[in-house]
Amino acid sequence: MRILLIDDERELVTTISERLELRNIDNDWAVSGEEGLALLRRNHYDWVVVDLKMPGIGGFEAIKAIKREQPGTRIILLTGHSAPEDLDRALVLGADRYLIKPVDIENLLAVMAPAGQKE
Amino acid sequence: MSFWSKMKPAFWDRSGTEGEPLNYRRLLKITFWSAVAVSLVPLVLLAGINFYQFEQQYRFQRNEITNQIQRLLATTKVQIAYFLDERRAALHYVNLDNTYQELGERDRLESIFRKLRDSFGGFVDLGLIDQAGIQRVYIGPYNLQGRDYKDQDWYKEVQLRGIYISEVFLGHRNFPHFVIAVRHEKVAEPPYILRATIDTGRLNDLLEATDLQPSGDIFLVNETGVLQTPSRLFGGVLTKFPHFSSSQAARNAIVDAVGPGGAPLLVGLAKVEGSPFNLVVVNQPRTILQKWDVLRVNVIIMILLSVFAIMLVVWRGSTNLVNRIFEADLKRAAMLHEVEYTNKLASIGRLAAGVAHEINNPVAIINEKVGLMKDLLEMGGEFPQREKFLRQAAVIRDSVKRVSDITHRLLGFARHLPVKTEEIHLEELIKDVLEFLGREAEYRGIDIRLDIPADIPTMLADKGQLQQALLNILNNALAAVKDGGLIEIGVSRLDQGGVAVAISDNGRGIPAENLKAIFEPFFSTKGEKGTGLGLSITYGIIQKLGGHIDVQSSPGQGTTFTLHLPVRPGTAVSVGGQGEGSG
Repeated sequence: MRILLIDDERELVTTISERLELRNIDNDWAVSGEEGLALLRRNHYDWVVVDLKMPGIGGFEAIKAIKREQPGTRIILLTGHSAPEDLDRALVLGADRYLIKPVDIENLLAVMAPAGQKE
Repeated sequence: MSFWSKMKPAFWDRSGTEGEPLNYRRLLKITFWSAVAVSLVPLVLLAGINFYQFEQQYRFQRNEITNQIQRLLATTKVQIAYFLDERRAALHYVNLDNTYQELGERDRLESIFRKLRDSFGGFVDLGLIDQAGIQRVYIGPYNLQGRDYKDQDWYKEVQLRGIYISEVFLGHRNFPHFVIAVRHEKVAEPPYILRATIDTGRLNDLLEATDLQPSGDIFLVNETGVLQTPSRLFGGVLTKFPHFSSSQAARNAIVDAVGPGGAPLLVGLAKVEGSPFNLVVVNQPRTILQKWDVLRVNVIIMILLSVFAIMLVVWRGSTNLVNRIFEADLKRAAMLHEVEYTNKLASIGRLAAGVAHEINNPVAIINEKVGLMKDLLEMGGEFPQREKFLRQAAVIRDSVKRVSDITHRLLGFARHLPVKTEEIHLEELIKDVLEFLGREAEYRGIDIRLDIPADIPTMLADKGQLQQALLNILNNALAAVKDGGLIEIGVSRLDQGGVAVAISDNGRGIPAENLKAIFEPFFSTKGEKGTGLGLSITYGIIQKLGGHIDVQSSPGQGTTFTLHLPVRPGTAVSVGGQGEGSG
């Protein structure tokens, strides 16, 4: 399983990334939408965890692009909070789940675990 | 006073209360009095004109009566004077036509007497009185022959003036009559007096034949007001007539007087010249004007009834009007309050969401950092204070958990998820909620009783939200009661097709000053344990479901929260507000 983390909070993504590595989970991280999409073009990811509010390419655009580039990739929206319309919109655009920060890494993995295997 | 309590409108005692948009009592007074004025002014005006016309009519009628009296006085006076003059002239003629010697013959005098009686009537007797005052010859029913009149006043007067007419007196047979005496003077003859007694019956006939109103009276009095002919109102001959004054009689005056029965009278007085008599005509204007009085009383009654009816109708109308304004104001105030409250919740919700978002990002970093520290400690090798570090990390994680709990609840409060309706069995739902709390209740020995009738209908509502609402209230109830306390949940049907869920506890209760604020966000009395969001969230949820919450509490005895919920969404239970806009 390979995961891509996109969040403008560098400390957050790097820490989650490090913790995933400690658990031997293959992952990459990016601190902007542009960076994330560049990584996505080069590699295949099973899951993308993306923040909603970022400078430059925001969460919605990122979700749309991910679905366009790699339709099979699952997306988790990880956000401090957004209005319900935003959450609904994210789901409509193709996000599979949303989680509100802060999230325990176990919870994150639990979300990915059952559906983690490719259909 | 019970009449007033029936008439008193609902807003009466509220007038002037602080914060009322209008002084309703004043509004009612203005409305009432202006309507009364508008309706009464024409009526009063009309009544005034009416009374003026009545007065005119009255005066006119009175003048008529006065004129009538005057006419009667004038004509009757002439008739009486003529009556007396006729008899005086007859006696004068007898004097002229006969010598003293001839009159002194009894047969001749008797013949003259008979002729006088037959042609004029009313002659009772006739006598010849000589120079010495002795009645020489007497023709009549009494034995007056040879009677000496020398010292009597009338004898002296007739000697002096040549004619004398006496007042009426009762003779021997007790019937009224009067005397006419005429002095005779001829050259070469001794002076003598011819004296005749006249029956007043003829006078009475004359007075009775006058054109008099049925309620009127006409009679003669002497100079001191003693009746000379019988009166219908004042009694028989020789009784005193109280309203006489010779000076007024000389002026032919008409005066006001009060009759024996207390009725007002118009009295006309006139002196009959050349006699001791005065003519009196009495009229009772009241009996003639009575029909006008009746009419006037009727008009007064009509006006009073109209005024009463107008006042009543205007009162009902204006109280009704002001009452409607009052009720509309009340409704508007309630709605404004509701809107204000909803807006307050909404803006606090937006604020909370913003704050939560800002906090969640750094908290997320702390959370991950401490998670990483824990990972490293657990996966790394043994080092001196590993356990202590792990404990610190655990404390940080717990604190992060607390912060995130608060922010999540804030977000939950601010979030307005679309209502997902599904069929709900209220009993099952409540039992589910109680399972969450069962352990705490059991541990603290709190008795939770559920009373739900079998006929409670299933509802269409958002299950999760309803659970959340009940959970919040039950949480509060648990916090309020002491160990071993009691919480009762009662479900009942509402008339309008809703359901009421009443949750009562016997806990410490809520002071009155806090009752108003309990649904406001961040209001808490639980200190550190509470976020102050539970009841706000519940309030928002119940509103969104189309219901409303009531709370009753008495400090020291307990609190009852009652949720009024519609069975079907859209059928709001009374003042249920609509869900507010997005947050």
